[in-house]
Amino acid sequence: MRSWKIRLGMAILGFFTLMAIFGPLLVSGDPSATSDDGLVGPSAEHWLGTTQTGQDIFTQIVYGARISMGVGVLSAVIATIVSIAVGLIGGYFGGAIDETLSVITNIFLVLPALPLVIVLAGYLPQRGVTSVAVVIAVTGWAWGARILRAQTLSIRRRDFVEAAKASGERPMRIIFFEILPVQLPVIATSFLATVVAAILAEAGLSFLGLADLSSVSWGSMLYFAQNGQALLVGAWWWFIPPGLCIALIGAGLGLMNFGIDEIANPRLRTIKPPRRKKLEARS
Amino acid sequence: MRFLARRLGFYLLTAWAAVTLNFLIPRMMPGDPVDLLVARLKGNVDPAAIEAMKQAFGISDANLWVQYVDYLGNLFNGELGRSITFFPTEVTTIITGALPWTVGLVGVATLISYLLGTLLGVLAAWKRGSWLDGVLPVSTFMHAVPYFWVALALVFVFGVTLRWFPVSRAYGLDVVPAWDGPFVSSVLYHAALPAITIVIASMADRILGMRNVMVTTLGEDYVVMAEAKGLTSRRVMWAYAARNAILPNITSFALSLGFVVGGSVLTEIVFSYPGIGSMLLKAVENEDFPLMQGIFLVISLAVLVANFLADLAYVVLDPRTRQEA
Repeated sequence: MRSWKIRLGMAILGFFTLMAIFGPLLVSGDPSATSDDGLVGPSAEHWLGTTQTGQDIFTQIVYGARISMGVGVLSAVIATIVSIAVGLIGGYFGGAIDETLSVITNIFLVLPALPLVIVLAGYLPQRGVTSVAVVIAVTGWAWGARILRAQTLSIRRRDFVEAAKASGERPMRIIFFEILPVQLPVIATSFLATVVAAILAEAGLSFLGLADLSSVSWGSMLYFAQNGQALLVGAWWWFIPPGLCIALIGAGLGLMNFGIDEIANPRLRTIKPPRRKKLEARS
Repeated sequence: MRFLARRLGFYLLTAWAAVTLNFLIPRMMPGDPVDLLVARLKGNVDPAAIEAMKQAFGISDANLWVQYVDYLGNLFNGELGRSITFFPTEVTTIITGALPWTVGLVGVATLISYLLGTLLGVLAAWKRGSWLDGVLPVSTFMHAVPYFWVALALVFVFGVTLRWFPVSRAYGLDVVPAWDGPFVSSVLYHAALPAITIVIASMADRILGMRNVMVTTLGEDYVVMAEAKGLTSRRVMWAYAARNAILPNITSFALSLGFVVGGSVLTEIVFSYPGIGSMLLKAVENEDFPLMQGIFLVISLAVLVANFLADLAYVVLDPRTRQEA
């Protein structure tokens, strides 16, 4: 039943999650520790080479996973809570409440997220992990809220909701104990997508030097690679790995999405012979 | 036309929201921006600059409502205050200088990416099972790749290693800005890598989106009917399937614009391209809040205008939206 796309996607996401949780326990060494071997290419001693100041890039990638994914997950948790509240309450109550919440959601969907995040980060007195996660969450909730609202609109007329209403349950209880559990699969999918978007946003902010640069993340690695002239001295091993990790996580999520789409809509599959050929052969 | 009127109303509302956000952010964020700047410069700041900045924010002892009305009034007169970094230059002057570069680069790149992506999506769906399926794994990988990372990779390969393209600035040092051959070709030459970055990084979404909608559309009865009538493949592909499949694609394109613009900001910075994005970073680094706010406002309004253009395209392509309901 489960396609290879879903399995591969889950394997990639699982791999990076495990790396973020257990990697730092397995890889000894300080990611910020400098040494005398600056700008050494990949070797047995330094699997992914070293930075200008002799920091081991493999160690940085492993420790950076924790910060990058940590910010992504934290930010996505906040954004998902907001999107659940906005989407479910709007969809359930309808009327003026729904109109207002929908307009706010659509406004946040249209406004360019990264410039807003940059402006908000510009005003932060201290740019710690939490404050950066919150700022990213401000722009990341709207998409989830829109999907959840649409789902809620279709669920609120179902029999079990009507039954709960008839038995005199309070609206908030119906929303969060009757409707919310039914939507968990949708929430999970939108949560994953939000994590990836947040990881991308964090990388962008760090790359601009607008996040916490004292902690090693994939974005801050790219910031130091750019400012350390990694490109001009040909140190490809410095900037390729962090970006590759981010892209792989995105690809993992994409694979899962396509796998799910293909189950829902079998026509999307690539393995089937094209329909056109058959028609032409018959004629 | 009700469709367009409704959309226009929504964009006006969103524009108002962006303007109001711009007013509220400096007042809601922890710390007073003016104090922050004075502290940062350790007193080495021109008193005139502090005054200008307070004026730019409309920070006064008046209550919030009066400040808000003042702020809106200034905005309507096209006043965004003075920049701190380039004091005493007006923010509007700086933005008008940088905007053409960004609109040119991002506009053209986005258009190319949209057309190319849609075309590839249509072909990938039409020729399902052929070598074009190879586009899919590549797009899956590319759709979440950070723009600035693509930019770094292109700079490394084509700029530093092969030395085919310049890696910074918008035109060479050896030409003077004018509408003549050498200048224009220098501008195009310098825009090549940043434009390719934006095309590569934003195209994957279009390919995947278009392919999926197109595949679904190909199963519709009217497509089968068109084939059964013996219409040419090309006619069926473009006039029947693609024309219908493109509608949801335009909507998702419009929604992705904000993301493309965000990525373009980062791309400009990698290439030190003298557009709005590089200016935004400069403003943030120098805590130049009036400039920062002004740029955010201009970017937001530009995205809204682009969204409206996408709606216009939708109306042209879908006769149903033109019906008077």
